[in-house]
Amino acid sequence: MPPKKKITKLEKCPTGIRGLDDITGGGLPRGRPTLVCGGTGCGKTLLALEFIVRGIQEFDEPGVFMSFEETTEELAKNVVSLGFDLEGLIRCKKLAMDYVHIERSEIEETGEYDLEGLFVRLNSMIEETGAKRVGIDSLEALFAGLPNEGILRSELRRLFRWLKDKGVTTIITGEQGKNELTRHGLEEYVSDCVIFLNHRVVNRISTRLLRIVKYRGSSHGTNEYPAMIDDHGLSVLPISSLGFDYPVSTKRVSTGIDRLDAMLGGKGYYRGSSVLVSGSAGTGKSSLVASFVDAACRRGERCLYVAFEEAPAQITRNMASINLDLKQWTTKGVLRFHAVRSTLCGLEQHLGSIVKLVSEFQPMNVVIDPVTNLSAIGTSQEIKAMLTQVIDLCKNKGITALFTSLTEGGDAPEQTDVGVSSLMDTWVLLRNSETLAGERNRLLFVLKSRGMNHSNQVREFIFSGEGIRLTDVYVGGGVVLTGSARLIQEAQDKAMAEAGRQDAARRQRELELEKVQLLAQIETLQHRAAVLAEDFDSISRCEQSCLDTSTRNRAELASARQGD
Amino acid sequence: MPKKTTTTAVTASPPPPETWNLRLYVAGMTPRAVAAFENLKKLCEEHLPGRYIIEIIDLLENPKLAVGDQIIAVPTLVRKLPPPMKKIIGDLSNEERVLVGLDLRQR
Repeated sequence: MPPKKKITKLEKCPTGIRGLDDITGGGLPRGRPTLVCGGTGCGKTLLALEFIVRGIQEFDEPGVFMSFEETTEELAKNVVSLGFDLEGLIRCKKLAMDYVHIERSEIEETGEYDLEGLFVRLNSMIEETGAKRVGIDSLEALFAGLPNEGILRSELRRLFRWLKDKGVTTIITGEQGKNELTRHGLEEYVSDCVIFLNHRVVNRISTRLLRIVKYRGSSHGTNEYPAMIDDHGLSVLPISSLGFDYPVSTKRVSTGIDRLDAMLGGKGYYRGSSVLVSGSAGTGKSSLVASFVDAACRRGERCLYVAFEEAPAQITRNMASINLDLKQWTTKGVLRFHAVRSTLCGLEQHLGSIVKLVSEFQPMNVVIDPVTNLSAIGTSQEIKAMLTQVIDLCKNKGITALFTSLTEGGDAPEQTDVGVSSLMDTWVLLRNSETLAGERNRLLFVLKSRGMNHSNQVREFIFSGEGIRLTDVYVGGGVVLTGSARLIQEAQDKAMAEAGRQDAARRQRELELEKVQLLAQIETLQHRAAVLAEDFDSISRCEQSCLDTSTRNRAELASARQGD
Repeated sequence: MPKKTTTTAVTASPPPPETWNLRLYVAGMTPRAVAAFENLKKLCEEHLPGRYIIEIIDLLENPKLAVGDQIIAVPTLVRKLPPPMKKIIGDLSNEERVLVGLDLRQR
């Protein structure tokens, strides 16, 4: 029986670019060329360069970068801000870079030729570094520089065959054509893997998107993924959730307000759950959330506060007025603020920043205040999608997430502006109620809290210099009173209770007195009875003694009489 | 870096002031390379008698030299002197184009 032939899977070359390895299922095809195409300024050169540099830094695979557009010095300067030290790598002989300049005006074609010069240069660089990765940016320059396209195309075919034979993983960049992927049809030579970078502007917000158009021999994510370029290079955000199989905790965390903990089954929120605090303007959403943050920081848990509306200094100052000292936690490093206007960038960028901050700072709690600000840069569908991703990220890491949502005045309080309440495990609603006495008081309801026994009673939410307090509202006589009306009613009740108590005390005193009197009477009668008994005794004693005396006398008399 | 070139210097008499310095880059002695050299020699004898120097640089032996003159195609003829530098690619079979490229007008 012939031995079973083991079919090896396509080997992949990890890029080290955050997110790209996830979408491609491990990286680019090893030993084969990949085409990266896109319009101007969408990050093709950066992707190629980062692929090479990370290959050296993280996977110890030396690389070669051949640029047709920028000199080595220019490229080195461009990527210094990303922390890539190209000159250093060249000195260590891990990286070889070459700048090929083709000036059409300098060249005169006078007969048959081939591009062996290019091969020679590439080869010498690969040999001297032992490179496993090659980046070429961008071959389109050859088309502009060399007049004979026939020779060029056949040489390109030869080049890719040669690169495959050398066993190096190559990235080629190409400029986007009008109707095709690349202007000069490079995709017909490089057909193993094609990545397309796009830079779209919608509503004045620009987003970078990356899409894997083709990947021979492997499954890959086929959607358009948002990409970001920040101070660490390119990152792709493939966090569309896959399934609901994250681990769930049964631990509970305090909300920071004792009575609110009591309302939530006595212990507070579930760790890793998502909490929505919604309410109209001025109802105290940020303060509620800040209490949680304060309590969490006190426990030593790191918190990330994403603020879309207020500056961190302002939040700190405002919370200090209700006796929450957030500054101490910021100084200690357990609390980090990320304050940015929602209109600064697109939804994907915000998502990307949050993802990055979460993975860098590793908080146990995340606050986003408020989420409704994002409606300036996206439809409610998109916001819901983005929040789903944030919540998924948090749940996968067991991070408790709090969101505040502003209900516009006039909207029904139970309608959240962006329809996200179904994503949340706990929903605390803050509401203003206007009393007949002409004042507005804040009420707090726990609308829902999955998985725990929560109170359905309303509480009044009071700010004071000592902090936030929840008090019971006055519920009596079919009426709910809050604020000063409640205080008045409470005072009245108290007075009534006091009066009742005094009444009872008085009654008791009266009865006591009566009892004492009766006892005194009983004593007197008992005394008399004792006296009577004594009399009785003495009379009977007297009687007895008389009888005795008379008997004795008779006896004496009788004895005297007989004597005669 | 010490320059190692297979130099074939062909001169007639002590070079007069304006000496043309021509470099021919090849990748191994392929038929095309040989043809290019032959064509070049013929051309130089015809138009620049006694005032030219031809250097042949084999990139297979000295790959690093390709970087300096930005050579990607072979064979490439580079006119180093007199300035400005001119580059001509191909086996130099098209004499007209070579002359135009070298800026050697018909005398």
